[in-house]
Amino acid sequence: MKHALEVNGLHKSFADTRSRGPQQVLVDVSFHIAEGEFVSLIGPSGSGKTTLFHLIGGLELPTSGDIRIDGRSTIGEQGHIAYMPQQASLMPWLTVSANIELALTISGLEKRHARQLAIEWLNRIGLGGTANQFPHLLSGGMQQRVSFLRALLSPKPLMCLDEPFGALDALTRMHMQTWLLSLWEEAKRSVLFVTHSIEEALLLSDRILVLSSAPATIVREIEVAFPRPRSEALWSDPAFVGMKQELYGLLKPAEARR
Amino acid sequence: MGNKRILPPVLVLALFLLIWQAAVALFQVDAYLLPSPIAIAKQIYDEHEQLLRHLLATLGMTLLGFGAGALLGFVLAGLLHLIPGAKAGFYPLLVLTQNVPLMALGPLLVLWFGFGTLPRVILITLVTFFPVAVAMLTGLMQSDEKLVNYLRMIGASKRKLFWRLELPSSVPHLFSGLKIAASYSVITAIYAESIGSSKGLGYYILLAQRGFETANVFAAIALIVLLSLVMFGAIALAEHLYNRGKVKGETS
Repeated sequence: MKHALEVNGLHKSFADTRSRGPQQVLVDVSFHIAEGEFVSLIGPSGSGKTTLFHLIGGLELPTSGDIRIDGRSTIGEQGHIAYMPQQASLMPWLTVSANIELALTISGLEKRHARQLAIEWLNRIGLGGTANQFPHLLSGGMQQRVSFLRALLSPKPLMCLDEPFGALDALTRMHMQTWLLSLWEEAKRSVLFVTHSIEEALLLSDRILVLSSAPATIVREIEVAFPRPRSEALWSDPAFVGMKQELYGLLKPAEARR
Repeated sequence: MGNKRILPPVLVLALFLLIWQAAVALFQVDAYLLPSPIAIAKQIYDEHEQLLRHLLATLGMTLLGFGAGALLGFVLAGLLHLIPGAKAGFYPLLVLTQNVPLMALGPLLVLWFGFGTLPRVILITLVTFFPVAVAMLTGLMQSDEKLVNYLRMIGASKRKLFWRLELPSSVPHLFSGLKIAASYSVITAIYAESIGSSKGLGYYILLAQRGFETANVFAAIALIVLLSLVMFGAIALAEHLYNRGKVKGETS
C-alpha cells in the first residue's frame, strides 16, 4: 500500500563548530503515515522536531536514510508538502485572500482557480469578510485559521503542521483544536502534526509517536482509537485520562523520574 | 499631524531670517558680503524669469540623473543579490566608486563625453545609484526568517522568493535610499553645471560669484534648497501613498 509519508532509518548529524565531533540530532527514526491518517509527533523541546520537518520539506539532506512522500523518494526535494508553521507567517503586504492565493499558486494551482478556492473557503469558515483585509488586523487565532486553510487547500499528498497552536493562548487554542478537528474530519487529509501538548495530540490524532530527547529517536507509538467525529467531551473519558498519564510518564525528563 | 511636524522648523527658520535681517541692518553689512533676506527675496522677484529658466534646466537634469541612478541602483542590487558570489566580488568595488573625487571625475567625463547633458547625467547617476543600491541590498537580505522558511518549505523557487518576499520586504529600505539619493542628485547637478555648462543654477551661481553679485548667489541657493525639499517631499509622499495603499484594503 502507498503511504502518504514513509521515513526509513533516518539519521541526521551536524558538524559541531567547536570540534566536539559531529552532533547527532536524529538517530534511526522510522515511521509512516497512511493515506488520510492523522499522526502526531510529540517530544520534549529541542528534540529535533524542526530538523525532521526540514528534512521532510527538503530544506536539508539526511546523513542517511530515506524519505518517501506518496511512494516516491523525495530527499532534498522541495514542494511536496503543505505546511503550517508555528507562527502564521502571512505576508504583511498581501491581503488575507492574496496570501492564500500565493501559497496555492506556488503549490501549482492556476491563479484564477486559487482565487476562487480562497474566497469560497474563507466564506465557508466564516472569514469571508476578511478576504481583502491585511493580516495584522486579524487576531492570532484568525491568522492561524487562515494559515491552516492555506495548507489545507494546497493540493499536496501530505500536510505538515509544526506546533500550529503553540503561540496561542489556552482558550483560543482549545477553540482552534475543535475547529481544526471538524474541518479535518471532513477532508481526511494525511497529516503530520508536531505538538508539545499531550491533550492536543490525543484529541486530534489517529496515532501518536513519542520522540526521545536529543539525539531523538521514536521511543513509543500509541494508537488513539477513539471514534470520530470527536469532541471536547473526550477530555473527561477515563480512557483519555489514562493515555494522558501514560504519555505524561513517557515525556517526563529523566531527572524527574528518579 | 502634518502641522505639528511642519510648524516647529518653519518657526525656527522664520526666527533665523529675522535675526539675519536685523543683523544686516544693525551692523550695516555690505550687500556684496551678505545681503539681507529681503534683498534676496527682491532679487528672486526681479530675476525670476532668468532664475526660472535655470531652475528648469537643473530640474530636468536632476530628474534624468536621479531616475537613471535609482534604476541602476535597483537593478544592480537585484543582480548582486541573485547571482551567487556576485555580492562578495562586486560590493567592495561599489564602495570604491564613491571614493573617486567628483572634482576629478566631472572634468574627465566632460572630456570624454563633450559639453552636452550626457556627462552631467552620468555624474549624477554615478552618485545616486550608490545609496539606492546599498539600501536595497540591505533590505533584500533582511527578509523575515520565518517567512523565508515558510516559502521554502512549500517549495517556492529562488525566483519566487525574490519577487514575492525579498523584493516587497525591501521597499521600506528602498525608500530611505531614494531619499538620500534625491538630496545627492540636486547637489551633484549643481556641481555638474559649474563645469563647462551654459545653463542651470550651478552655472548661474558661477556667473554671479564672478560678478560679486552675492544676492544672486543667495537667490540661487534658496531655489536649490527648495528644489531639494520638493524632491525629498515627493519621495516621502510616494512612500506615504504606498503605506496608505496597504491600509486601504482594511475598509473595503
